Amino acid sequence: MAQNLLEFRGVSKNYADNQVLHDINIEIKAGEIHALIGENGAGKSTLMNILFGMPVIHSTGGFEGEVCICGEPVKIMSPHDAMEMGIGMVHQEFMLIPAFTIAENIKINREIPKENALNSTMSRIFGERMKTLDFKTMNQDARRALDRLEMSLDEFALVAGLPIGYMQFVEIAREIDKTNTRILVLDEPTAVLAESEAESLLSAMRKLAAEGIAIVFISHRLDEIINVCDRVTVLRDGELVVTKDVKDTNVIEIAELMIGRKVSIGKEDNEAREISDDVIFEIKDLHVAMPSERVRGVDLKVRRGEILGIGGLAGQGKLGIANGVMGMYPARGEVLFEGKPLPLNRTKQVLKSGVGFVSEDRKGIGLLLDEPIDDNIAFTEMSIHGNFLNFLGLCDSKAIRENALKMIKDLDIRCTNEKQHTGRLSGGNQQKVCVARALTQKPKLLFVSEPTRGVDIGAKKLILDLLRSLAQDQGMTIIMTSSELAELCSICDSVTIICEGKVIGTLPPDASPVEFGLMMSGICTSALDSENVKEGEVAQ
Amino acid sequence: MEETAKSGTDIKGLIKSLPPAPFIIGGFWVLVLIVAAILNMPWVWLISDSLQRAAIWGMLVLAMVPSIQSGTGPNFALPVGLCGGMLAMVTAIQLGFTGMGLLVMAAGMAAILGIIMGYLYGVLMNAVKGSEMAIATYTGFSITAVFFIIWLAVPFDNPFLGWFIGEGLRNTIALGPMAANQVLDNFLMFEVIGLTIRTGTILVFAVFCTLVWLFFRSKTGIAISAVGANPMFARAAGLNVDRSRIIANIISTSLAAVGVVVYAQSFGFLQLYDFPMWMAFPAVAAVLVGGATAQRAKVIHVVIGVILFQGLLTTVPPVFTEILAGADMTDAARMVIQNAIILYALTKIRGGGK
Repeated sequence: MAQNLLEFRGVSKNYADNQVLHDINIEIKAGEIHALIGENGAGKSTLMNILFGMPVIHSTGGFEGEVCICGEPVKIMSPHDAMEMGIGMVHQEFMLIPAFTIAENIKINREIPKENALNSTMSRIFGERMKTLDFKTMNQDARRALDRLEMSLDEFALVAGLPIGYMQFVEIAREIDKTNTRILVLDEPTAVLAESEAESLLSAMRKLAAEGIAIVFISHRLDEIINVCDRVTVLRDGELVVTKDVKDTNVIEIAELMIGRKVSIGKEDNEAREISDDVIFEIKDLHVAMPSERVRGVDLKVRRGEILGIGGLAGQGKLGIANGVMGMYPARGEVLFEGKPLPLNRTKQVLKSGVGFVSEDRKGIGLLLDEPIDDNIAFTEMSIHGNFLNFLGLCDSKAIRENALKMIKDLDIRCTNEKQHTGRLSGGNQQKVCVARALTQKPKLLFVSEPTRGVDIGAKKLILDLLRSLAQDQGMTIIMTSSELAELCSICDSVTIICEGKVIGTLPPDASPVEFGLMMSGICTSALDSENVKEGEVAQ
Repeated sequence: MEETAKSGTDIKGLIKSLPPAPFIIGGFWVLVLIVAAILNMPWVWLISDSLQRAAIWGMLVLAMVPSIQSGTGPNFALPVGLCGGMLAMVTAIQLGFTGMGLLVMAAGMAAILGIIMGYLYGVLMNAVKGSEMAIATYTGFSITAVFFIIWLAVPFDNPFLGWFIGEGLRNTIALGPMAANQVLDNFLMFEVIGLTIRTGTILVFAVFCTLVWLFFRSKTGIAISAVGANPMFARAAGLNVDRSRIIANIISTSLAAVGVVVYAQSFGFLQLYDFPMWMAFPAVAAVLVGGATAQRAKVIHVVIGVILFQGLLTTVPPVFTEILAGADMTDAARMVIQNAIILYALTKIRGGGK
């Protein structure tokens, strides 16, 4: 049996009186892809912070137990130590410099100096750091790293403007270019990727593992774990629940272990609902100049009370539709809501006419992170309809609080109280605050973009159930944009696929994955001309 | 300043929310006061003087709140408002007003000029998003220079305004002849245990604090705060980001314009020419010392900051002189301590304007 490359032995960690990890033992072999899963707050990040010697661990009293590499206990006191020991990390948030080329980003702080007369003189006088760089070799190294990942990207392209999925690959390329990298940690690498991109990432992972690198893979997408991992460790509330061989388990079991209660994931019995033929919302030839999500002439019809899913690969323009209608990016075309034209590029008028919006960029656009929950929820309604103001025109704290308490109860927002800052909430609860704000407006039509991005599986289900019940019980019309086809299929009445900024076709949610797959890659013989696509028509 | 204590936060919560700066500066001030007591100096008089200076600087510091909240950063272009206020005041003097009438007239015209100039300044700030602080500082310097020409060119002939010979307005205009010096100071003035309380000036500051606090609880005020906290969020909520920033800068500029009228009456003189040049930094420093950042500022930060900053500035020089036994270091000590606090406060600016 191969020696364990990385081992956690009896690791425990307290933050003040709060025990976040309790006696964790994990063994990871060379060439193994080891999944680490758990709901938000289960202790995954803390464990990885320990592995990386992050200052937050050592400034709060260190941890108990030990981390061993190749069987030897090691002391990792800083991220630099971790790097020296061959541990590479790809963060959830990208750590790339946009104005540098891909090669420069990959080689940052490990640049290769040129060896020539000028350089040896310069470095003798000013030290190593003054040497000029050998860009040719650097680019070659970067090329090699990208090739190992089977990425066709140009190594001399700037990082700025790259689709988000590609940035992920650049990060990974940087880690594997480090010659001594033996352990690679991927923290939710596929969360921001569309399915085909995720697929190529997974195959790259398999390739790296075959080269003998141990990979710790943190993900919320259980099917990927089943697909690619050798073993899976489940954490729950700081305790290690189990480590299993993936071949002995399945998605349902892992989900149960992780949440500790029975959940049904995937499709519920999605009986076809009766939906009137009354068209509440219509888009004609919409163009939106949203960078990297450009919309090039979309036509859509949405029926009253329907949940319409918009799917497609990242960068194809599916996110641009909601952003364009809401006036977040310059748009032109014609939009009809309840028979009346909606002015484009006028966010306020659109909101006023009864359209709600939950942005895909939760932290950037969706929330005021340094403000309390109740103000966040009341904000849009206050600025659109002037509610939550008292007779002097000043904000009515009592009404704001009451509304927030109701929403916290209705949507099951987990927080200490309504005054907690939204920046302190977990992803799922932040998302619920965003939805609560949109609901406070009492919209007739709700745009929801990527509602479950970066949300753990328990909260994911709650959010999807919530959207479903809004449509079913309150007759709200919902247009949901998501990169996760499975989630679209689980709650939508029909799913429209966008490719290259145009509608390729619309499928019922129970259409076969093959049909969706073909449409996402833009193959749809009868629908090349989007004008011909009728609502609900199954292409091919 | 009872009005500001109502701001909803209980004292414990407030203390928790403050950064270390107020405690460091406050601790230093207490230390200096203790030294003063040991040296047997009239420390009660020092405190009363501190309060006085805090009250007259108050509105200029208050002007920082709207601009910081709107995301334009501290109003380093305070001189824009100051020049407007000064122009209003010389105009009121020229028109022959005296006493309280002069102040009311000047404040009214100052507010109007503040709105006009604040609007133009707001438009400028919207054009230079991302580098507001540096542009604002130089806007302040430039407007001061522009007003040099105005002071020389205005055809005012009131004998108290002009030089004895030659054209233009004089450098320092005494308000005594118009019976407008310390009008507010003396309003309801009283003494307790040797502490002179200039009720009027303090009252004016308190009223404006309350107004600004109330404004930031109104729809427009909340919108401005949201724009400052996250412009994209504000846009998604249907707000006009540029308009909110302009409104904030109009209010900031008007507060500065009215503030200089209050400042001048208490000082007893109206200074023209290069007076506004260096007024922005102490005001910015005061609000930062009070616990604000370049992104978030509350009225309570203004109150705490202006008392601590002006308190320290009033107390240190005499104590310094006393220790050095005789050598009159007052001015030098004031410059050193003022710039030291400014420098300290500027290091506390977190991030830049958005």
